[in-house]
Amino acid sequence: MNRSKPITGELLALKNQIEGYAIEYGLDFFPQIFEVCDYDTINILAAQGGFPSRYPHWKFGMDYDQLSKGYTYGLQKIYEMVINTDPCYAYLLQANNWVDQKIVMAHVYGHNDFFKNNAWFSNTNRKMMDVMANHGTKIRRYMEKYGHDTVENFIDKVLSLENLLDINELFETSSLKRHRKEQVEQQKFENEDDGYMVDDRSAALKSFMRTKARQVKKDEVKKDEDFSAELPLSQKNKDVLGFLIQYAPIEEWQADIIGILREEAYYFLPQRLTKIMNEGWASYWHSTIMTKKALDASEIVDFADKHAGVMYMSKQNINPYKVGIELMRDIEYRWDRGMFGKDYNECTDMSEKLRWDTKLGKGKEKIFEVRKSHNDISFIDEFLTPDFCERQQLFTYKYNPRNGRFEIDTKDFNAIKQKLLSQLTNFGQPIIEVESGNYMNRKELLLSHVHYGVDLDVGFANETLRNLFAIWRRPVNLKTRYEDKEVIFHFDGKDFRPQH
Amino acid sequence: MDHPIKRDHARFRKIVKGKIRDNLRKYVSQGNQIIPKGTDKFTVPMPSIDIPRFRFGDKSQGGLGQGQGQPGDPVDGQQDPNGQPGQGEAGEGEGKKELDVELSLDELARILGEELELPNIEPKGKKSLQSVVDRYTNIGTTGPDSLRHLRRTYKQALKRQIAMDSYDPENPAVIPIRRDFRYRSADTKVEMQNAAVVIYMMDVSGSMGDEQKEIVRTESFWINLWLKSQYKDIEIRYIIHDATAKEVDEQTFFRTRESGGTLISSAYNLCKEIIEKDYNPNEWNIYPFHFSDGDNWSADDTKLCLDLLDNVILPVSNVFCYGQVESRYGSGQFYKDLTSKYGSGEEKLILSKIKNKEGILDSIKEFLGKGK
Repeated sequence: MNRSKPITGELLALKNQIEGYAIEYGLDFFPQIFEVCDYDTINILAAQGGFPSRYPHWKFGMDYDQLSKGYTYGLQKIYEMVINTDPCYAYLLQANNWVDQKIVMAHVYGHNDFFKNNAWFSNTNRKMMDVMANHGTKIRRYMEKYGHDTVENFIDKVLSLENLLDINELFETSSLKRHRKEQVEQQKFENEDDGYMVDDRSAALKSFMRTKARQVKKDEVKKDEDFSAELPLSQKNKDVLGFLIQYAPIEEWQADIIGILREEAYYFLPQRLTKIMNEGWASYWHSTIMTKKALDASEIVDFADKHAGVMYMSKQNINPYKVGIELMRDIEYRWDRGMFGKDYNECTDMSEKLRWDTKLGKGKEKIFEVRKSHNDISFIDEFLTPDFCERQQLFTYKYNPRNGRFEIDTKDFNAIKQKLLSQLTNFGQPIIEVESGNYMNRKELLLSHVHYGVDLDVGFANETLRNLFAIWRRPVNLKTRYEDKEVIFHFDGKDFRPQH
Repeated sequence: MDHPIKRDHARFRKIVKGKIRDNLRKYVSQGNQIIPKGTDKFTVPMPSIDIPRFRFGDKSQGGLGQGQGQPGDPVDGQQDPNGQPGQGEAGEGEGKKELDVELSLDELARILGEELELPNIEPKGKKSLQSVVDRYTNIGTTGPDSLRHLRRTYKQALKRQIAMDSYDPENPAVIPIRRDFRYRSADTKVEMQNAAVVIYMMDVSGSMGDEQKEIVRTESFWINLWLKSQYKDIEIRYIIHDATAKEVDEQTFFRTRESGGTLISSAYNLCKEIIEKDYNPNEWNIYPFHFSDGDNWSADDTKLCLDLLDNVILPVSNVFCYGQVESRYGSGQFYKDLTSKYGSGEEKLILSKIKNKEGILDSIKEFLGKGK
């Protein structure tokens, strides 16, 4: 069933033209495939995270519902979808006018280059389209076997934990893992002489899916669990889904489903870590390619209109496109003129600083380097400057309980940077670690929330624990701080109670 | 074949409607109520299911923004807690969504109709008169200057100049002459002439509180909207009653609060008079709506009401709708009386209980779902 089709004719010619410009500018990208489709198809694709085939689940239906309504009521329109695959697929809306298609194509080459070169994407599976389709087939098969409701219900439970990821897992390649495993085995071997057992499990058993071989190994593991008084699961682990695959008393199909959802969550993770950079980079390139090469004079007003629409500034939120592109341009400007380093920073004469120009000319080189090695956090941490914040009119705001409205709090650089970094920390999600799989020596699960000043939503935490319990099948606990007190929320399958 | 997502979509709709997956019900944020906001603006909340996750609670933590302003200046609108960078790519749970939509009332009525699957109303046959109307949808070569269509005129002039080879791209002046002029002209259409009257009656005795009235107000807004989309001409009359009834304007209808007792028959009597005086049932589609909390003074009066309904009101109305708003003080007896008298046998009588604001749409569906 083909709802989208490859571009032909004029569009294909346009693609070749834009691709030429992208190469000229030194962008380095996967082979690019553009397809056109109608608005319904692009809504479907967007609802499915850009992929034409996913596992059956109502949440895709929900996103589709919202996207279609938004489109029907004329509130939003998706111009393009691009996904991180090799070759890189991008979908264009058929109804886009000519300028839109140009912008979108130029924009897509930016994303494509970013996917290919940014370090955080280096381990993503570029054949994800097939993988996603296979996941769909697998889950459909489980649904046939165990019942639609049963499987969907289990997926819901797992989705509840989907945001509990460990960023470091992104750099766990299989060779690295093997290497570490060997080291641990070695150590274990050495230690056995001392009659002391070291647990190697959390490091050694980190594969995504349960294989037969693994099953055997797990049985072995189970055996020595019987001997050890304490489950040797004391190493803190942020990869909660990975932990559950290993240690929760679940069926094979359930472990497989956790594995599937985990793999997909990790696939999307780099995009969540680089939203500002990725959009900034793509916008930088659509703007550069359009204004310097591709635009026809007659299109300039339309382009300016569309570009301005993408770059809107909001008082409620940071627009990643806007902050991203401006920061990229700022870096380029500063490195072109040598506006960094000791001499520049220590210069106190503002007018001299303003005129500062060592004719360094390394702007382009620098931004290409930045796009390779940074993520949003390090990007902001390293390149956000007081000048930039002032020029971009950034501010923080907070709730004023006296009049019940949100008010601008401060324009202070450190406060802004602090706020932005804290929003970006752990991709905006609370940091939750598995602390013990044998809490109180009762095989209870203990999670701990690393508290950086913001409390968890207790209602949601309760419901999440309920779902976690359904998988762990023994009481589950969450250690956190709530209203300045240490507290452990305990859920035993029936009641939910806090223990101070 | 349809894309598999249509099945996901159907499933989502079923879950939201509470038909399947009962265990998800508590996570559903029911958003199918469209709320008027200002004159032409409406909020359309989207129904959604919030999968519980560990997430930050304190919404007052504030955020970051960009734009002009000094410390202390308000940040317009509400903060969208899901809009922070690093969040919200497709497939992420996004929580409650509301859309601010600018819609015409016609569109809104259409959405309402679609959401509630309301059937179009068949106006009573003999009451439909054909009428001839002019709609300016055509273009003609003659007409008064006030209807001149400049764009078409210039287009015509350009065509003529090109055909005559008198167009000079270097000096692209287009000068229309007399015979280039184009005018908007009318197409004559036959439209069905039909008219309806809605007569709202409401109990304003002490037991009807502000919350109850708010429910009636919202409900009447939607009923009017729907009926207006179905009939060409519509008149709306308002009657309030406690122990006596009087006709009032819309403002008064929703504001008045009396403290007396309740005689429902007084309202039905007045309704009867209004119909007899102004609305010939052969020409009008008649919709009496009565809202109360179900208290009536005496069983005798209730009997009188039933007589009035039987003999006068029901025979002339398309439907008679009785909406009972739940209130702490009301006994709800009248609903029971009506049910025991008519059961579900009377086609023209529609009864609905409205528990709270969330019940409004269901009740509208009950009232209008029969397509009468």
